[in-house]
Amino acid sequence: MSKNFLKILLILFLTLVSFYISLPPEIPVKFNIAGINIDKRFYRPGLNLSFGNFSIKKNFDLVLGLDLAGGSHLVFEIDTTNIDEGRRKVAVEAVKNVMEKRVNLFGISEPNVQTSSYEGRDRVIVELPGVKDTQEAVGIIGKVAQLSFAEVGSKEEQGLIITNLTGADLKSSDVAFDKNTGKPMVLIQFSDGGAKKFEELTERNVGKPLPIILDNEVVSAPVVQEKISGGSAQISGEFTLQETKNLSIQLNAGALPAPVSLVEQRTIGATLGSESIGKSVGAGTIGLIMVMIFMILNYGKLGLVADVALFIFGVITLALYKLIPVVLTLPGIAGFLLSVGMAVDSNILIFERFKEEKPKRNLADALEVSFGRAWDSIRDANISTLVTAFVLANPLDFNFLNTSGPVRGFAITLSLGIAISLFTGIVVSRNLLRVFVRESKR
Amino acid sequence: MDWMKYRFIYLLVSGTIIIAGIFSLFKWGLTIGIDFKGGTIAEYSFKEKISTEDVSKKLEDEGIQVFSVQDTGDGRYFFRLPALNTKDQEKIKGIFQEVAQGSEELRFETVGPSVGPELVKKTIYAAAIASVGILLWVAFQFKSLKFGVSAVLAMFHDSFCLLGIFSLLGHFYGFEIDFLFVTALLTTLSFSVHDTIVVYDRIRETQSRTGGSLCDIANHAITKTMVRSLNNSFTIIFMLLALMLLGGSTVKWFATALFVGTILGTYSSPFVAVPIIVFWDEAEKKIKSRK
Repeated sequence: MSKNFLKILLILFLTLVSFYISLPPEIPVKFNIAGINIDKRFYRPGLNLSFGNFSIKKNFDLVLGLDLAGGSHLVFEIDTTNIDEGRRKVAVEAVKNVMEKRVNLFGISEPNVQTSSYEGRDRVIVELPGVKDTQEAVGIIGKVAQLSFAEVGSKEEQGLIITNLTGADLKSSDVAFDKNTGKPMVLIQFSDGGAKKFEELTERNVGKPLPIILDNEVVSAPVVQEKISGGSAQISGEFTLQETKNLSIQLNAGALPAPVSLVEQRTIGATLGSESIGKSVGAGTIGLIMVMIFMILNYGKLGLVADVALFIFGVITLALYKLIPVVLTLPGIAGFLLSVGMAVDSNILIFERFKEEKPKRNLADALEVSFGRAWDSIRDANISTLVTAFVLANPLDFNFLNTSGPVRGFAITLSLGIAISLFTGIVVSRNLLRVFVRESKR
Repeated sequence: MDWMKYRFIYLLVSGTIIIAGIFSLFKWGLTIGIDFKGGTIAEYSFKEKISTEDVSKKLEDEGIQVFSVQDTGDGRYFFRLPALNTKDQEKIKGIFQEVAQGSEELRFETVGPSVGPELVKKTIYAAAIASVGILLWVAFQFKSLKFGVSAVLAMFHDSFCLLGIFSLLGHFYGFEIDFLFVTALLTTLSFSVHDTIVVYDRIRETQSRTGGSLCDIANHAITKTMVRSLNNSFTIIFMLLALMLLGGSTVKWFATALFVGTILGTYSSPFVAVPIIVFWDEAEKKIKSRK
């Protein structure tokens, strides 16, 4: 008895902890009874522990995917035709790093940048949550931004001669305003090596224009008045403020080692995202209530036990989503709802078996036998579903399978749901039923 | 109950769906969405009603081809366009700003033509790996290739029927095969086996305890698992029905595909997977007795 009692206590404890974690961070309570107005907000504090230098901080917030929170999913394909086979991998990685830097400088929180290579096509996937102006972001991320300085050729040698001073020689760049005209411009600071090159270049070209080239286009060609030492220069073309800001970001992050093109863009507005959340939560709640009523109608008190187990399944799953954290997407919600069906199935299997076994032996034995027999089916069936979910989720990041996107979100919540349902179906339901059967015997 | 006696009815039902599916697949094929063939779907909301013809004309004048515009109510419009770049996207925004005040981009998804073929391949790999995994698992658990193969055959039956049904739905209701449909298809694979295993498990248990002819055992197993199968399907169907009726536009078709898949998966376990084993077993015995 005491052992079972302990188990029930443990389950209760687990449920309470999960329930706490699964609560939203802010719960508004608003009602009006007999003229008494109650309008309060309860806050669920996060975890904030510290032992000496060691501290744990968790805010228990749900991480929402782009389709729910709004944002852009961008796929860039890298043109690697001019890069040797051997250096390709390095170049792809470099593109990714530069893009990541640019996104961070653009000021987007929690971007997700990853590469994907498949059959000679190299891609970088950039996920930007909460971005309103996608075109702007694409412009910043997808531009090569190769900066170089050129000399104007002499009479014999017409045209521009590109020097070895490039964007790679920069230490930093910044936005500034021209003192005289008030126009925005980009202020650049060269590295030590770059400063030296610049000094030599300006010395050679006093009185001549010094064209500054960005991606094969002359953006400005200031005339050099005198030798410039100290390693700073300015780029002032016909820029808008936004353009100078973007250029500064690109220069700070560095040029892309290869040109890229946007092959896929999926942008979901925040309005549509929050609508989807509302609709899914509504659909989920109604579906859950229908399932719960169905279970009670079919199995009576046993159904009630199953509903309690289902509730525990729900809060544990939600708590785990927050703890891991799982990025919740629309297909992910569908995966969760489907796993609810699977969780109930364990109970149905046991109850149907229980009906068969009940006339043959006493209640407690019948229950244990039902659990034993049903377990084989539950295990075998769920493992086969897990196999599929595993292939879809592709946790080992195999290149020949999907490495991102909606399918993965679905598979992750589905497999997590199955794993938790095995636990709640066997451990939680079993112990609850044991207590229940014992009580009803008395 | 003698379920196996009505084997020809199950064959008739499955045969009808499969033949209708084959017919539709050959005649109309599948309506492929932008995920696989490339293109753009964009959803905008306007404060006031707009004339779809005017807007289409304006877009076409700017060199943006319009495949279709759909009024989805509440001042919302759904555009199907070819694959576009960000400059075109900017243009569209500009045109809409002109047409009506307060236009909002709800969704803009554009996929280049190079993405699709890769997805098709990856999906086929995923389905193949999952099928082999399941085949091996079932064959191993039931220590019989017969069980494994028929479970996988029933699984293919379900996915083929689903494909056929959605070819029809695509033709008559404009349903498009997208990423999520493929997910639903793969989920159907696993759900189908999930259900089949429960029946197989009962066959295995009865076999080891009482013995008897496989046909009798199969009948017994189906009778004993029928209520469970139906009840379980009901709970999943409740969840999916709620999603179909109340979920957002993106989830609706996905839920519908899962819904059809669930029904197929439930049906195929007793009425496809089990008859295959019984038939196989009888054929095996006949061949042996002839020798």
